[in-house]
Amino acid sequence: MNLHNIGIVYRKELRESLRDRRTLISSLLVPLLLFPLLTAGLGAAISALVGEAKKEVPAVMILGGEDSPGILAELRGSDKIKVVPTAKNWKDEVINKEIRAAIEIPSGFQNDVAHEKSATLLIHNYEGDMKSALATDNVQKSLEKYRDRIVHDNLAAKNLPETALKPFEIKEHNVAPPEKVGGAAFGGVIGYMVILLCLTGSMYPAMDLTAGEKERGTMETILSSPIARVDLVLGKFFLVLTTALVTAALSVTSMGVSFAILGHMHAFDTAGADASAQLQLHIGIYTVLSIFIMVLPVAVLFAAAVMTVALFAKSYKEAQSYVTPLMFVVIIPAVAAMLPIDLTAKLALVPILNASLLCKELVTGTYHWNFIAIIFSSTCVYAAAALFLAVKMFQREDVLFRS
Amino acid sequence: MIETRGLVKTFKDKKRGEIRAVDNVSFVCKPGEIYGLLGANGAGKTTTLRMLATILEPTDGTAIVCGHDVVEAPEKVRANVGFLSTATALYPRLTSQEMVEYFGRLNGLDEATLKKRVDDIFNRLDMNSFRDRRCDKLSTGMKQKTSIARTLVHDPQVMIFDEPTIGLDIMTARTIIDFIRECRQRGKTVIFSTHVMSEVDKLCDVIGIIQSGKLLAEGSLAALRSRYGENDLEEIFVKVVAPLYAGQGGN
Repeated sequence: MNLHNIGIVYRKELRESLRDRRTLISSLLVPLLLFPLLTAGLGAAISALVGEAKKEVPAVMILGGEDSPGILAELRGSDKIKVVPTAKNWKDEVINKEIRAAIEIPSGFQNDVAHEKSATLLIHNYEGDMKSALATDNVQKSLEKYRDRIVHDNLAAKNLPETALKPFEIKEHNVAPPEKVGGAAFGGVIGYMVILLCLTGSMYPAMDLTAGEKERGTMETILSSPIARVDLVLGKFFLVLTTALVTAALSVTSMGVSFAILGHMHAFDTAGADASAQLQLHIGIYTVLSIFIMVLPVAVLFAAAVMTVALFAKSYKEAQSYVTPLMFVVIIPAVAAMLPIDLTAKLALVPILNASLLCKELVTGTYHWNFIAIIFSSTCVYAAAALFLAVKMFQREDVLFRS
Repeated sequence: MIETRGLVKTFKDKKRGEIRAVDNVSFVCKPGEIYGLLGANGAGKTTTLRMLATILEPTDGTAIVCGHDVVEAPEKVRANVGFLSTATALYPRLTSQEMVEYFGRLNGLDEATLKKRVDDIFNRLDMNSFRDRRCDKLSTGMKQKTSIARTLVHDPQVMIFDEPTIGLDIMTARTIIDFIRECRQRGKTVIFSTHVMSEVDKLCDVIGIIQSGKLLAEGSLAALRSRYGENDLEEIFVKVVAPLYAGQGGN
């Protein structure tokens, strides 16, 4: 191993990569734009749509109930729903989303209620449709209000206290610090995004520097120079690692900035916004730094693994078909970290999943040092194995001159 | 100086089993001499030259190039060899000069020597007009000149050319042929492979005819003529390889 020669290869590959539009797009532009677009764009779009859906006063239809004026008055009096005239094809109108729901009141409903006989109201809705769900919710609320009033009257008539029906109350109280509430929700996504971008950042140069070199016919040229193959592969590896890390660094930075900006935009005060507002309080410099350090061995692992796989290919296209399945191998454990899984000693040994889970914990401000040690060292071991494999591959004639 | 001693290279093929691409090849190639390896496609020329350039490792036997063993000191061999083939392409995103400089640095030249060497070569080959042009923007002729400059930058004593003119137009091919001659004049050891008879005719001091990985005949053109009683090199070639062809039912 000769550091000077590794440096020569590294500088040359860096110069070539900086002149390559595809590398610049995949490793610089994508991470820079992805998070702002994702948070600001998608976040704003979702909150706007949700807000609009909430603002809409849903049109509902009442079926029957001519003999129950009490409930009719209650529903018509609500400003959360708009009662439209009954039509025969109410079912089609619900399906075609012309009305959001239809309330079916059985005949003799008021009479049954007055005589304390059980009665059922049916809300016909469109399952899975958000606006129909909101309409159902509104209808239910005004019906519940009506029911509560009847219960109240009934109890009063019988001279019973309210507590006869409700002997105690149940309430929730959150004791987790507010920033951890936000972190738990977003942490999984962040670890996943950083790991994934780390992979996409290393993918293009890794293929370009191995299979691409074969395809362009420069492999034989470079192999005829006196440089040792170990130095050659290491020079290339360090460049791939650099792009992976630059991509990861850019994505973490752009993520931090995006969330910070999102936190300042108090304009939309909907459900997602307060979680992210709390989140931006916590994604401080130390969190970003610790995520970055955790991602380092993961980046080494990716860079070496993608190079090993891509070197086997004869062309860039062939390399892509080998590397794409690798992407799934990475995505699955990275996504799994978003599930409510707690870090255990065994999981700490599963590559990628462990780093992804750890990122989730780091974002919530939890530092389990023993897990951090296990995960960092196990990932380092995997990374070293992958790098060793890459070097070995570069010394195999049947791989370099596969035809 | 190149000396091969019983060079063997076998490949594993899924369908055909073990293939002996080069089978016990021994020859000597002296400084100031052009050795021409003549053979059909798949005869073992490229494999032989790649072993001499230490791009491939011999399965058995060895070769001494410039006093270094290709198996024991491949990096020292490569430092003394200039290797050029139509497969040795240029890095498209480097300029002509950067390409040559890169190989100079890989050969361990210090920056001062490198600058002098590069200026020298670029003047000599008349390449200054496209010095700073990217290799993917060069014409075929300019690319060939850049490739030549790349093989010369470390001033190697041995030049290996693997079918250097294949797919080139007449004028570009001439540049290469003239360059090979010039190498001989400068006292370098030159070995080159081809299946073009006229090139062998024009250039070679010693001819080696290779078929199915075996070196079947060797000698100067005059010697081969008298040995096989034919004047035309093509006729000689056919006479030499015919027994092997007949035995195999063609290649």
